[in-house]
Amino acid sequence: MNLFVLLKMVPDTVEELNVAPDSPALDAEFLRFKLSDPGEQALEQALLLKEKHGGTVTVVALDAPEVDEVLFTALAKGATRAVKIGGDWSRLQSFAAGQILAAFLKAAGSALSADALVLLRSQAIDDLEGEIGPYLADELGVPYADVVTGVTVTGNSMSIIKEFAGGLRGEFTLPLPAVLGIQSAEKPPRYVPIAKVRAALKSAKIETVDVAPPARLARFALERMYKPEAGGRAQMLEGSPEAVADKLVEVLVQQGLI
Amino acid sequence: MYSIVEPELCEKGVTLENVLDSPEGKRILTCIQCGTCAGTCPYGEYMEYPPRRIINMLRRGHMDEVFKSDSILRCVACYACMAKCPRGIRLSDILLPLVKEQVLANLPEIPAELQKSLQNALRYGNPMGESSRKRANWVTTSKTPVKILANDPQPVDVLWFVECYTSYYGRGQDNSRATAKLFNALGIDFAILGNEEKCAGDCGQLTWETGLFETLTDYNMVVFKKYDFKRIVTGDAHAFNAFRIRYPMYGFDYKVEHTTPFFAQYLDRLKPKLKKPLNLTVTYHDACCLGRRANIYDEGRDLLKAIPGIKLVEMTHNRINSICCGGGGGGMWLDTFFKQKGMERLSERRIKEAIATGADVLAVSCPYEIYRFEDALKTIPHEKPMVVRDVVELLAESLGED
Repeated sequence: MNLFVLLKMVPDTVEELNVAPDSPALDAEFLRFKLSDPGEQALEQALLLKEKHGGTVTVVALDAPEVDEVLFTALAKGATRAVKIGGDWSRLQSFAAGQILAAFLKAAGSALSADALVLLRSQAIDDLEGEIGPYLADELGVPYADVVTGVTVTGNSMSIIKEFAGGLRGEFTLPLPAVLGIQSAEKPPRYVPIAKVRAALKSAKIETVDVAPPARLARFALERMYKPEAGGRAQMLEGSPEAVADKLVEVLVQQGLI
Repeated sequence: MYSIVEPELCEKGVTLENVLDSPEGKRILTCIQCGTCAGTCPYGEYMEYPPRRIINMLRRGHMDEVFKSDSILRCVACYACMAKCPRGIRLSDILLPLVKEQVLANLPEIPAELQKSLQNALRYGNPMGESSRKRANWVTTSKTPVKILANDPQPVDVLWFVECYTSYYGRGQDNSRATAKLFNALGIDFAILGNEEKCAGDCGQLTWETGLFETLTDYNMVVFKKYDFKRIVTGDAHAFNAFRIRYPMYGFDYKVEHTTPFFAQYLDRLKPKLKKPLNLTVTYHDACCLGRRANIYDEGRDLLKAIPGIKLVEMTHNRINSICCGGGGGGMWLDTFFKQKGMERLSERRIKEAIATGADVLAVSCPYEIYRFEDALKTIPHEKPMVVRDVVELLAESLGED
């Protein structure tokens, strides 16, 4: 199979996030980036498919801070090729991102071969609308499904499991090539020993490619970014465990819960 | 009869393929298959391949069979097998970590909590996944001054390597505040690395995740070289262990001490300052990396006996026979795995012995033990209240108010 995984970097929420003083963006000073969790899942699903059906896994990412580490880790886990699309993408919005990734995949040629499958996260913490997948599929002229939790490939078609609200699941059959937004892989993302990542750093290579950016990187203007305003405060009970237990019972009685 | 564990270092470049040709291999070839290792192992009865069988399989060239079993994950690196081997085979130092590394590499899935802790240690420099920029935040809660070298890079006598649990978690910070108070009371010239510090990497498990261990070692060695100090002191028995036996492979040649023996050597100066009587019965738990691995048994007890009003009582298993809290060798992050295998938590087995002494306090000298034994006290029924305190916490309390 010709597997492509599109990896997206997101702000690491372990670090405190602050709004920049002068622009509607996150303050870059202490910002760190990591691979989005569903992106890890998409990579794992691709590696599982490669193990089952053979072929290649190409991981693709737009240039971003700390992205090299993520690409080398993907290579250490078993990806065949790692590609970075050069450029400043800090103001990029979904529609243009879909165009750029489509342009790369079309140029790669094999992305549209009969056994090609493009996987990406169905959402990311800073992209809950998850529109890149549909835009990309539209540009490529291939089918798309998202919130996918399972993929079974048979010849030139595949059966997928898609999650819906309320615990419902649907099973669909799609032809290949296609684009899938992955919610979770069939197995938890694998661990790769750091020695392997260090070896990849020494021996493997990240290919950097250029793609002509679309005329407009953004389609709407962001006016203001602000932290959620607190609606109410939690009441902290203090004292010895016995005193806290008594106060807690009092609160529960007051609320009519016991 | 027990062999003496030599304070030997670990050698770089030893693998399962070449271990039999190394000096350690010569000892392995002398194994008489007595099974003392398997018998003394606290989880031996749960292991398909206890150390004795691993040695036999290694000598017969059947290691592939051993790699098929996850049994070595039950090794909590407590050094019991190594301390009691009549041939002096350094099982916990050399052979068992090598086997564990291969078994982990072959596992279809690493237990999730363990995987997360490894990834966190790489990315944030601590297994709990806290921001590396918050590592020194506890300093603002210390009533006595703590100098951070990045702010004041003057030469110091003692570089205090604080470590993870003692930096980030509340009960660990109690240990750090107490240590700072003791350093100040003794007039020790000390400083910490602050946010520049990262996990030393022993953290139980990292010795068998070589790449991760080396990443952390490389990083910490660069930071050490930035500053001028005479010796390193740490309150974390695992960091002490890593610096003592593994860092020398990477050029580390600083003098390193653990807070328990460090303060014990100042006992003459410390004792007159221990004015506040605590009036407690205390039992002392020997940490594996101090006791069995470094023959440091008396120092913790000497410190406790110096505190006015403390009566020291012993548990059934003490000193070389001490039962591990179960946190070493990755055990801190394998509780769910052990539970799934139907295994008793070692911290619970141990706390029953502590409760049986009738003591008010279980005194410890390793930061892992606070959490493991406080948790065990929540699940093991006991009538008389018991608390877990680090030796330094008790000493600092006996110093009285500043």
